[in-house]
Amino acid sequence: MSRFQPTNACQRQAIDESRATLPADIVDYIQKVEGQPHPESQLISVLHKIQRHYGYLDRAHMDAVAHLLGVPAAKVSGVATFYHFFRLTPRGKYVISVCMGTACYVKGADKVLEKIREELGIDFGETTRDGLFSLEEARCLGTCGLAPVLMINDEVHAKVSPDKVPALLERYAAQP
Amino acid sequence: MNKKILKRFDSLRLEGEKARSNVIRPGSTIIQVGSATCENAAGAREIREEFRKHIASSGRADIVLHDVGCTGRCSLEPIVGILRPGERPVKYQQVSREGVHRIFTDHVLHGQPVAELILDGTQKSGSRYEILFCRGERCGNLAARGLQARLRERLEQRGVGADVVAVQGVNFADMCVGESKFQGGHFLVRPGNHLYRVASDADLERFIDEHLLADRPVQELIVQEQPIGQNFFELYGDISFFNRQSRIALRNSGIIDPTSLPEYLNAGGFHSLARVLAAGDPDGVIAELSASKLRGRGGGGFPTGSKWQMARKEPGGEKYIICNADEGDPGAFMDRSMLEGDPFSVVEGMIIGGFAIGASRGFFYVRAEYPLAIERIENALAACRKHGLLGEDILGSGFSFDLEIRLGAGAFVCGEETALIHSIEGERGQPRIRPPYPSQSGLWGKPTVINNVETFANVPVILEHGAEWFRHIGSDKSGGTKVFALAGKVNHTGLVEVPIGTTLREIIMEIGGGCPKGKRFKAVQTGGPAGGCIPATHADLAVDYDTLTAMGTIMGSGGMIVMDEDDCMVDIAKFFMKFSADESCGKCTPCREGSKRMLEILERITAGEGREDDIAKLERLGLLMKRTSLCGLGRAAANPVLSTLRHYREEYAAHITEHRCPAKRCAALVRYSILADKCVGCTACARNCPANCIAGAAKKPHAIDPERCIKCGRCFRVCRFGAVERN
Ligand SMILES: Cc1cc2nc3c(=O)[nH]c(=O)nc-3n(C[C@H](O)[C@H](O)[C@H](O)COP(=O)(O)O)c2cc1C
Ligand code: SF4
Ligand code: SF4
Ligand code: SF4
Ligand code: FES
Repeated sequence: MSRFQPTNACQRQAIDESRATLPADIVDYIQKVEGQPHPESQLISVLHKIQRHYGYLDRAHMDAVAHLLGVPAAKVSGVATFYHFFRLTPRGKYVISVCMGTACYVKGADKVLEKIREELGIDFGETTRDGLFSLEEARCLGTCGLAPVLMINDEVHAKVSPDKVPALLERYAAQP
Repeated sequence: MNKKILKRFDSLRLEGEKARSNVIRPGSTIIQVGSATCENAAGAREIREEFRKHIASSGRADIVLHDVGCTGRCSLEPIVGILRPGERPVKYQQVSREGVHRIFTDHVLHGQPVAELILDGTQKSGSRYEILFCRGERCGNLAARGLQARLRERLEQRGVGADVVAVQGVNFADMCVGESKFQGGHFLVRPGNHLYRVASDADLERFIDEHLLADRPVQELIVQEQPIGQNFFELYGDISFFNRQSRIALRNSGIIDPTSLPEYLNAGGFHSLARVLAAGDPDGVIAELSASKLRGRGGGGFPTGSKWQMARKEPGGEKYIICNADEGDPGAFMDRSMLEGDPFSVVEGMIIGGFAIGASRGFFYVRAEYPLAIERIENALAACRKHGLLGEDILGSGFSFDLEIRLGAGAFVCGEETALIHSIEGERGQPRIRPPYPSQSGLWGKPTVINNVETFANVPVILEHGAEWFRHIGSDKSGGTKVFALAGKVNHTGLVEVPIGTTLREIIMEIGGGCPKGKRFKAVQTGGPAGGCIPATHADLAVDYDTLTAMGTIMGSGGMIVMDEDDCMVDIAKFFMKFSADESCGKCTPCREGSKRMLEILERITAGEGREDDIAKLERLGLLMKRTSLCGLGRAAANPVLSTLRHYREEYAAHITEHRCPAKRCAALVRYSILADKCVGCTACARNCPANCIAGAAKKPHAIDPERCIKCGRCFRVCRFGAVERN
């Protein structure tokens, strides 16, 4: 049964609330896939969209998705926690993903990481107190030929060495 | 043969040609800039912008900027190619903004290449002609043997020197196609890109007299057909990193604009699909693939023809085809490069696959970590739909098929087929017991074929040139080439595509250029977390699915991490075990618990707390995981440990009994001290020590307090007098 055709006022109100919780384009997307075979298979795509929009998955958003897609809330959080890509807490303005893949590891990614930890005073999964930087572990960004690499938001930085770290962080911190 | 389909295709191709020549008019100078994640990380975006500005301010309409995918020469990116009409193409390496200015003014505008920036220093040899002579080693073309030497001899006899011609031996691998196979030797002459076939001394004489000395190409000796590698050789054939490779799966990467359907069509794309649809014989397609001995490139090496056959013969109308682009092996990037550099060939392979097994829907399952690859696939799908290559009634054949993209979300186990299927269904990506195999009951319970990106990319070429040709390139049991992602401690990191059966030495030492800084090549890791290490002493091993398995590793998806004397094999084993323990989905006990226990043991060994029976314990646990885990992740997770135990047992023993790390990598087992007689008291180490544990007055020998030293190694790196010792 489509969640978009409520049968009574109470249901209508609940659905309206869920819809109001999510950005309009995501609601539209869910509505579009409702008409296609296997709409529930779009759960991961929807979570990606939410994370892209907010930077993380919030309880309220996940509940709204569960409601609109017609899947149990427990399943939504089960999926969200299973996949490493999804974040359940807000992140800093700049997310530093340090690649810890094999190529980067043998090329000294641990030294780069150590330097970043020292500079920012945070570990994997943490955010600086000013909310500027979060530190995350990446599993190979596919640019192993330029190892060691790290990504800050969407930008990949190649051949990073510990002594390049301070200037790199400075550059981001200085951005308005 | 349905002629209507071929006609439709021809008009599509003509349309493409027109569209393309509107963008790149004949006689233009082309500036090629790599456009891929790696190229961009190296700065390609900025230099593209810089070229754009230069072109605009020059006011020249005959200079075009052309985006291409990456060629796979990672360590020297960004790479720029300058193609001036009638001249040999010149490629530049590590181009910076200042480089753009010089290349543009000196070379593009005034025809003077900038020598210092040329890729791999392949400065124009100063000779008028350049000959790339196929050695015929790969295909065993006996007719070619000796011809190169005879050409050199004759040039010498005739006094034709280096000012006129330079001859290089290369491997084409795909020149001897079709009827003319083995009728002689082949070489490419640049500029002009004439492909010659010569069989006798008389042919050689004629070539020298007419082409080299009188500048009149000998039409009778020039081959008209276009072998697939030709475009690549015309552009990159002078560079030894490339001319030892056989670019088949990567035939278009670094040559065509990956966002342009017309360019793919122009490179011969979708011709196979049109022919397959026109012939209307799915069994014929499968028979051809089986005869080609194409084996899956995603790791398992299952024969692709058999997989398709199994799905084809399943009853029922609904079937699915899936491209596995999850590329989870950390250290592998072939699939990303291929999807970014030539997405259409994968799409074409998938449509053909859909037709062969009888599917009308297919999926790309792509890692979310690859945003540019996703964008390129989206673009390719849209272009195909717009031109009737996807959707209802493809090319008027009555066959309908469409593709969708589904994103992974950072779980390595989702590369496993049944987990991947669960993930597409919107579930947690946990594997299930097989059988039933996906080809019997897969996505939503329907017969499903899952193949790797590279597997699909090979399909159109096999059907174009025939199974016989493809089989010939590889080894006895597996046809074709394999793309390897060469990374780690190797000079030329990047993509290397070579015939299956090529030796490790050729890949790592000759193409890869060995280890940097003159270090000793120690081992190579293949197959990622499911594979193992091969010691340098086995460098002459011919790389094939079975030879690697016999060495205790696997072919895997093609990641090759080169390690030198500074890498500790126990540490590497620990690295992979940590990866597998993190990525274990937790569904079955041997893998979930076994990987944790093995990791604990490895951690204590590298911390200097190893116990006498730890090696035996690792072996026992490893074998147990291998035998009893539910899916491939758990079954293979012990491989990195078992293979290093097999080849480097003494390193484990040194850690455990002598508390010594022979490679001096495991921090807990190394000690730093200062040699008083070498120390000049420059204070550099003391100033850099994060633990403040180095004492000493200026100009007096310093000393380290071993109790407080955290073994960061910084003193060792900063001392310029060799006074800090590590052991
Ligand atoms: C844990 C695990 C991870 C895998 N990861 C990948 C992957 O990233 N890409 C891939 O093509 N195959 C991967 N495979 C192999 C696939 O399950 C499957 O065998 C392959 O995609 C089949 O395609 P092929 O026959 O063309 O090789 C993985 C297997 C396992 C057990
Ligand atoms: S072997 Fe590991 S990854 Fe595979 S099902 Fe078992 S626990 Fe999950
Ligand atoms: S850096 Fe080297 S020479 Fe200088 S004080 Fe330290 S040990 Fe002595
Ligand atoms: S290894 Fe690091 S902590 Fe130890 S003495 Fe050297 S600089 Fe200081
Ligand atoms: S291992 Fe770091 S990018 Fe691949």
